[in-house]
Amino acid sequence: MGDFSDMSPRASSALQPAATPPGAIRNFCIIAHIDHGKSTLADRMLQMTGVVSDRDMRAQYLDRMDIERERGITIKSQAVRMPWQVGGDTFALNMIDTPGHVDFSYEVSRSLAACEGAILLVDAAQGIEAQTLANLYLALENDLEIIPVLNKIDLPAADPDKYARELAQLIGGDPDDVLRVSGKTGMGVEDLLDRVVERIPAPVGDPDAAARAMIFDSVYDAYRGVVTYVRMIDGKLNPRERIQMMSSRATHEILEIGVSSPEPTPSKGLGIGEVGYLITGVKDVRQSKVGDTVTTASKPATEALSGYTDPLPMVFSGVYPIDASDYPDLREALDKLKLSDAALQYEPETSVALGFGFRCGFLGLLHLEIVTERLSREFDLDLITTAPSVPYDVTTEDRKTVTVTNPSEYPTGRIEKVVEPIVNASILAPKDYVGAIMELCQSRRGTMQSMEYLGEDRVELKYTLPLGEIVFDFFDQLKSNTKGYASLDYEPAGQGEADLVKVDILLQGETVDAFSAIVHRDKAYAYGTLMAERLRKLIPRQQFEVPIQAAIGARIIARETIRAMRKDVLAKCYGGDITRKRKLLEKQKEGKKRMKMVGRVEVPQEAFIAALSGDVETKKDK
Amino acid sequence: MPSALPLADPAPLDGALPPSVVPGSDERALGVYLHVPFCRVRCGYCDFNTYTADELRGAKRSDFAGQAADEVAQAARVLADAGLPRREAATVFFGGGTPTLLPADDLVHMLEAVRRRIGIQSGAEITTEANPDSVDLAYLQRLAEAGFTRVSFGMQSAVPSVLATLDRTHDPARVPLVVAWAREAGLNVSLDLIYGTPGETLDDWRRSVEHAIAQEPDHVSAYALIVEDGTKMARQIRSGALPMPDDDLQADMYELVDDLLSEAGYAWYEVSNWARADASGEPDPAHRSRHNLSYWTGADWWGVGPGSHSHVGGVRWWNARHPAAYAERIARGESPAVGRETLDDETRRIERILLEIRIRDGLSTSTLTSEGRTAVAGLLADGLVEPAKALRGTLVLTRRGRLLADDVVRRIT
Repeated sequence: MGDFSDMSPRASSALQPAATPPGAIRNFCIIAHIDHGKSTLADRMLQMTGVVSDRDMRAQYLDRMDIERERGITIKSQAVRMPWQVGGDTFALNMIDTPGHVDFSYEVSRSLAACEGAILLVDAAQGIEAQTLANLYLALENDLEIIPVLNKIDLPAADPDKYARELAQLIGGDPDDVLRVSGKTGMGVEDLLDRVVERIPAPVGDPDAAARAMIFDSVYDAYRGVVTYVRMIDGKLNPRERIQMMSSRATHEILEIGVSSPEPTPSKGLGIGEVGYLITGVKDVRQSKVGDTVTTASKPATEALSGYTDPLPMVFSGVYPIDASDYPDLREALDKLKLSDAALQYEPETSVALGFGFRCGFLGLLHLEIVTERLSREFDLDLITTAPSVPYDVTTEDRKTVTVTNPSEYPTGRIEKVVEPIVNASILAPKDYVGAIMELCQSRRGTMQSMEYLGEDRVELKYTLPLGEIVFDFFDQLKSNTKGYASLDYEPAGQGEADLVKVDILLQGETVDAFSAIVHRDKAYAYGTLMAERLRKLIPRQQFEVPIQAAIGARIIARETIRAMRKDVLAKCYGGDITRKRKLLEKQKEGKKRMKMVGRVEVPQEAFIAALSGDVETKKDK
Repeated sequence: MPSALPLADPAPLDGALPPSVVPGSDERALGVYLHVPFCRVRCGYCDFNTYTADELRGAKRSDFAGQAADEVAQAARVLADAGLPRREAATVFFGGGTPTLLPADDLVHMLEAVRRRIGIQSGAEITTEANPDSVDLAYLQRLAEAGFTRVSFGMQSAVPSVLATLDRTHDPARVPLVVAWAREAGLNVSLDLIYGTPGETLDDWRRSVEHAIAQEPDHVSAYALIVEDGTKMARQIRSGALPMPDDDLQADMYELVDDLLSEAGYAWYEVSNWARADASGEPDPAHRSRHNLSYWTGADWWGVGPGSHSHVGGVRWWNARHPAAYAERIARGESPAVGRETLDDETRRIERILLEIRIRDGLSTSTLTSEGRTAVAGLLADGLVEPAKALRGTLVLTRRGRLLADDVVRRIT
């Protein structure tokens, strides 16, 4: 990594928080797709503005969690204040890092609402992706000034002319206005910082009004409790002041107020347009919710800032410890995760197949993946998750409607109607894959809304799709049908009625709850046969014949049979075999302890896990 | 590989045994097993500790009898030094490999070493395994004169295509010949059969069993083919060149051999072993393999030779596997053992269960914990043990139970 200090017009002295005129403030974020180089660019800015010394520079400084760094994605946003000088005037630039994934679109929208402008960062070798388009759309909705930038222009595969035309076509303007930078080498980054000052409007607010600050992020820190990131709109917040959360009316005392640069630096307060953090000693992010308005307890504002909603889980899954004795640890781990993840919901659940666990609600599939990965990594838990489900509104014959997030709660008896969540999906891919994508979407009950060429060879397809179809391996299928080129974004688009049924899987007549699924009637047979066949391959033969059935209510739609085991004996057991034989027995006994009983049928936990993960079709039928 | 060796304790260089082996020893018979680790060719299914001429790394077949005799001398010394009473061997068994690949005089030399150092009871059972193509009348007569009482021929199958899949090179027509010579020499005869070879049909198997019965042996062993990891056959199955033996077909084959042998006047006395029956229909004690029974009844036995396992009073050990490594230790006057384990009471109890359940004399329910005794009800319900005997406190497997013996063990331990 080079030394950038020579090329950096760093500000000779930084402006002090609480004493910075709004005209000298620029609040912006970076909109980019995973791995288009946002974090590298942010690092370079930190280094060029001098807030991180070259010596302390550590790759991707802003992404702190291990998972984030490994996956190259940003889950939690933060804000950094950087000084920058243009033509003798010093400015304070607040860079607000936004989560990059659709699961966190609410958090994205709040981060955007804290800014006046956005850098639209696109890989000069790949072009814009669906999630970036979605976030760009949100940014335009928030009236942000957009600065289009192509990154990674140092790459041999970069085609900046082509993608500059694509960007100009999308947002209007001249392809020559698209900046070209390399976060890696630092090329063009100074110009970009200058452009931020030049183009992004300064914040406006009423310094004399009651204080109002919008929470755009809330992070749990093991040592300090909840750190709340805010953007001041009106008035001022001061150290030791009592504040009030406008959604709950709860009041707290500010123990510390300051800005990140990028380490937390206490200040004498925060004035209008400024971005910083508050620490009040609360221990749970639910007491400091993203989107909420902070005001002072002594002179509370009368009207909260608009845009606050509670995060609503859209994907549900059972989470179970593989070793039943880990259940208390799982509970403790979830309790801890909850402190830093306001969107995570869970309640205890019991399953015949999987034992004790929790039914968890997530914002989306990535959120589910992140939570389960954190549980296994940070808390060292081995877990199994059931197939993701979405909330269905089921109306029974007696006109009662229940929301079903778990197939096992599906009402019995006659069903009047079932309503499922629908999403608008946008898929971007090279034009060669249009056929494959249309086929996939059609098989998932999608309806095409539009198809548009972006630039020369890329197409954006818009579909409405049932969310339930998307959560079930849609993304994997999309990726494999398009050699990994397609990108997907979706947003809720209300509900739709559909002919859905619950399919149960029965082992020797007993329902195995973890395998029940709510599926479209046309697919019930396929699901039933698939699961019955998987289980037949996975469950070891017992001393008796075991029927595996798939059923809708009382109607059997598929059947497989595990034939009775007739032979289980080692043919030879002489002097040299005895020790080995005994060790084998000990191992088998150990394995037997971990068997789950479904009626009289002994099922290894691994069989359930493999059947749920779908890791069966590739295995040979022994 | 048959076995990554089990985790175990180091074996002392002098082979010394702890005093714990002494209690009860006067009630335990002593057997001697001699492992001859040589074969002309390696059969594709075989994972035994055996070596072709190319694989010997300098060890010589011609040196082997002397080395084995040296280990026998060590054995006598170690047993005496442990304070065990002098016990003559009740049984001696030469296995392999192919013991009869050595000259008859070499086998006799080893047997004489046992007689001289340890002693052999009068009326002892003295067996050697033999390949049908590696012996003739003179060879068998030489063994009989030296005191051998029994020969076990590796017949395996009477069907040429099955023998070919097994890589067995002998001519099936030789079996009647060698059996007749053994009889002429005055030896008891056992035939070994293998069933469930890839490609073998139930009819193939019927032919083999009928052919074996026609030789009127005193004893038959029938083993389900086990595909062991690391063998050529395992690779052939993995690559798809051979089909995996089917468990259900093997079960049918087991039932068939049990039926055919029973009709022909034989009775099972261990899961895979049948002996000519006496007038009452019970397997004649004179025709059972007493040596093999000693493995299943917790007797003491000393295993001589590369890779051999030994058991004396709850201490088990095993020798270096390669003939060259074995030879080096013997030459240095050290014990050839490379690992040993001392069984605690609970482990001995578990071993008793898993071994005694296999034999017709059965397992006493007093060996079981109260949980295990409760599980016996389930065995009865599932038809796995003889009801009348179970009610009198002995578990004897039914035919269905014999096929599911490992499951029975898991249920009662």
